[in-house]
Amino acid sequence: MIDRTSSAAAVIEPPLPWLRAVFASPSGRPSKNLITGFLEWFGDLGIFFWHVVRAAVTPPFEFRELFRQLDEVGSKSLPLVALAGAAIGVVLSMETRYSLTRFGAKSLLPAAIAFSVIHDIGPIITGLVASGRVGAGIGAELASMKVTNQIDAIEASAVNPYRLLAATRILACILMLPLLTLAADFCALLMGWVAMTLVEPISLQQFLNSGLKGTGFNDFLPPTFKTAVFGLIIGLIACFQGMRTKGGAEGVGRAATSSVVLSSLFVILVDVVLVKVIIILFP
Amino acid sequence: MTTTLQIATQRGQASEDSNAPAIAVEDLYKSFGSQKVLNGISLTVNRGETLAVLGRSGTGKSVLLRIIIGLEKPDSGSVRIHGEGIAGLALDQLGEIRKKIGFLFQQAALYDSLTVEQNVAFPLEHHRREMTSSDRSQRVKELLAEVGMAGGGLEKMPSDLSGGMQKRIALARALTLEPDILLLDEPTAGLDPISSAEICDLILKLQKEHHMASIVVTHDLVSAKTIANRIALLNAGNVVIDGTFEELQNSNVEFVKDFLKHS
Repeated sequence: MIDRTSSAAAVIEPPLPWLRAVFASPSGRPSKNLITGFLEWFGDLGIFFWHVVRAAVTPPFEFRELFRQLDEVGSKSLPLVALAGAAIGVVLSMETRYSLTRFGAKSLLPAAIAFSVIHDIGPIITGLVASGRVGAGIGAELASMKVTNQIDAIEASAVNPYRLLAATRILACILMLPLLTLAADFCALLMGWVAMTLVEPISLQQFLNSGLKGTGFNDFLPPTFKTAVFGLIIGLIACFQGMRTKGGAEGVGRAATSSVVLSSLFVILVDVVLVKVIIILFP
Repeated sequence: MTTTLQIATQRGQASEDSNAPAIAVEDLYKSFGSQKVLNGISLTVNRGETLAVLGRSGTGKSVLLRIIIGLEKPDSGSVRIHGEGIAGLALDQLGEIRKKIGFLFQQAALYDSLTVEQNVAFPLEHHRREMTSSDRSQRVKELLAEVGMAGGGLEKMPSDLSGGMQKRIALARALTLEPDILLLDEPTAGLDPISSAEICDLILKLQKEHHMASIVVTHDLVSAKTIANRIALLNAGNVVIDGTFEELQNSNVEFVKDFLKHS
């Protein structure tokens, strides 16, 4: 007898296997249908978010855990974010100098660096670096707690895990991402100046005067605070992927990977929308 | 302003029946996919009584405990704690009932990023916020002494402890809020015979001192005989027999005889 199900599956392989694996069920089984899998994942994420919001706004508040997470997300990510910002500043300075020299607009170099860094490169680099460091960290930590029954033990101790584990981490990400963005912007501008002054000496004051001339709060605040949305995405997805994990060590690895992949993906996609919204609201 | 939690607590107090059994499970069904795990189980445990739940692996013993404490939802049937149903309660409302229940997980489930002291103090930090840190520390020491872990080691991490010690710490944590119900999932699993006997003696001592209602899930007939007043034997998601150890021994049911022969 022919097994029609298995033979059909062998002939018609559903598309985008990597994407189906990302939106897999908690046990890691890829969904047969990409759209169904995506909708199920989004539905579960929405329910999870509702539980977190409800837990976050009702007492008791877990301030001690929140401060621990602020340190975990903020100060421990600072060196990496600062280094990434500095590297981007140097690269931007070198690349932009080359382009502007070709068009005879070398004098605009400080403004070009400042504009690029403040408007989008600083926020997106911070978002992506945090997706990697914070997203993987939260995803792996919560998944490990889940598979060893520690989250069940928290719940059995009459403590709400959405409040203790998820709300604190998500709030820490929301609060810390804008501050990390400021650090990335600062390092990028500073190293952009260093790279520029090594080729063509210019004082820092002159660089900043020239670069930030005409830059108002409307240029500076919306792009910086949009990273709070990146923080929400990173925290929410990492907590969700971690707390729904099933299986042993494999499940933990899967949760960490999918936390990074999904949070990076959504940070980039949401950035597209937010850039457009900021252009419309703050012309 | 009266919060939802206060209403739930008041409701809990109002509906708590002092004559009701500590735990009443009625017609419980649970399936995972096509696999039926519980198939209409009904059990009661009275105050001060200990019920041992025995059965082959995969017969739903641990699932039963997880449903009683609300970590799993049954497909149908009801669970009542001191006469109060737990179905449909929000997490915080369920929390009020869970404070009356101590749960010992099969793998101890100690928080691996916290020290021994922090593990035992965890429920106190969240539910006795008014306690000073010195009072909390004193209470932790008392609890550790109660489970035979007095004399240092408070700063050790769970990974530095043996399986038996982890079980003792987990038991101390389960007792922290002075529960009147204790659920023990395989308390002697993975332990050597001497450690198993020590854990059984400890559970027996705690039950005498605290007069709790307990359910002990185990494979170990010797432990069950030592700890429990009553034994329920499960097979294929059903209770085959529920009675004293003597009733179990004298049973003519084929599965019971077979189980005893191989134990």
